[in-house]
Amino acid sequence: MAKSENEMTWKDLEIGNIVTETGTARQYESGTWRSQRPTYDFTRCIKCGLCALYCPEGCIGPNKEGHFEADLFYCKGCGICAKECWPRVIKMVEEVE
Amino acid sequence: MAKRIGIEVSIAVADAVKMCNADVIAAYPITPQTHIVEHLAELVANGELDAEYIPVESEHSAMSACLGSAAAGARTFTATSSQGLALMIEVLYVASGMRLPVVMALANRALSAPLSIWGDHSDMMSIRDTGWIQIVSENGQAAMDNTIIAFRVAEDPRVLLPTIIHLDGFNLTHVVEPIVLPEQADVDRYLPKNKYPLPLNPDKPVTMGGFAAPAIFMEAKWALEVNLRNSKKVILQAWDEFEKIFGRKYSPVEKYYSDGAKVLLMTMGAAGETASVAVDEMRAEGMDLGQIRLRLWRPFPFEELKEAVKDADVLIVMDRAMSFGGPAGPLASEVKSALYSQAKKPKVVSYIISLGGRDTTIAGYKDIVKKGIDIAAKGSRNEYEIYGVRE
Repeated sequence: MAKSENEMTWKDLEIGNIVTETGTARQYESGTWRSQRPTYDFTRCIKCGLCALYCPEGCIGPNKEGHFEADLFYCKGCGICAKECWPRVIKMVEEVE
Repeated sequence: MAKRIGIEVSIAVADAVKMCNADVIAAYPITPQTHIVEHLAELVANGELDAEYIPVESEHSAMSACLGSAAAGARTFTATSSQGLALMIEVLYVASGMRLPVVMALANRALSAPLSIWGDHSDMMSIRDTGWIQIVSENGQAAMDNTIIAFRVAEDPRVLLPTIIHLDGFNLTHVVEPIVLPEQADVDRYLPKNKYPLPLNPDKPVTMGGFAAPAIFMEAKWALEVNLRNSKKVILQAWDEFEKIFGRKYSPVEKYYSDGAKVLLMTMGAAGETASVAVDEMRAEGMDLGQIRLRLWRPFPFEELKEAVKDADVLIVMDRAMSFGGPAGPLASEVKSALYSQAKKPKVVSYIISLGGRDTTIAGYKDIVKKGIDIAAKGSRNEYEIYGVRE
């Protein structure tokens, strides 16, 4: 298994820090940046998908029921979806560990 | 047989690029570098050089185009000067960080203000820490030879670093000098094909110039530093090999009657040739004087410098740039810090000369040597001296 970033030495890096594997941005957990998380009242959701269109992270998609929901592995908690959701499904709450 | 002809140095540098068969030239004209890229544009337009010539809208774009070209594995050249270089700086760090072997000729010129088109080393010093290999030329032959050598060093798989050839604006760029033009067959023998190991290729996609988190950023910069330091071995090899094929010898610290001399004059660039005449005349008058000329600015040749000054009591260092509010001229500062840990070391006297195209004559160097010896003996209240400024 490849070394994690914290274990890599300068010798492990490719020339000029070139990344030879494609799609590695998917492994980057930007969800750890979050200080607020979106919560949902899906009874109000009309499945319009506006939240997904506005999400700057591109991390919102329909769940099994077809309601739109953020992938918390990537969601940075910016709150734009909650601001744009006019049926008021989404509410941001403080992230408490 | 290689011919020795009278030729303008800028044209000779452009001809060297042609002999190296560059694939891409992206450049923007600026005095005193213009003749280099102008002649290259002509060579491409005439079909004498099969290359893409990209006339860009600024130096920032020139270097950006060079990044793309080098990343695709093409042999890439550009040239600039002064303000043009200043506009390029952002992208210079990218070229070294991404380890792209771009070769650039820099016609050294003063930075504004006041506006000056004339030569000094302030542009050279502004990019000191960009991570490029930097080779300095003191005459037209060296400028032409260094251009060929630069491609070989930059593209060497053990190096893969962008490389600058410094040549003094006007003092070199616009001077017609007798230069031995290399034979094409020799250049072909000396310079292998450029094989960038991970070139842009749609069939094998890679990410270049990506984001580095704090966990990896220092390792990436350290990799660059280790590589730049290790490039010295390859540069020395490239110079040795050059001597075998072309018969001209280059070294990081060029010695001129310096072994055993008690007083040394240290120069970098074209000024060194005038200073040599002063050294000749003072030696004829019986003075124990020698000269050293720095040819390799980055990576800095610490061992060679220490060896070259080991017999000297006084080392007078010429700088064509200032470090405002700083300890000395930029070259003198580096020399001082390189020698600091030595038990036996010469007294270093820093002189700033020839800013913005002002000439320092043979008589001037003789005057500097006399004053420098005096300062070394008696000390000075100044951190450094500046020559010829009217008070």
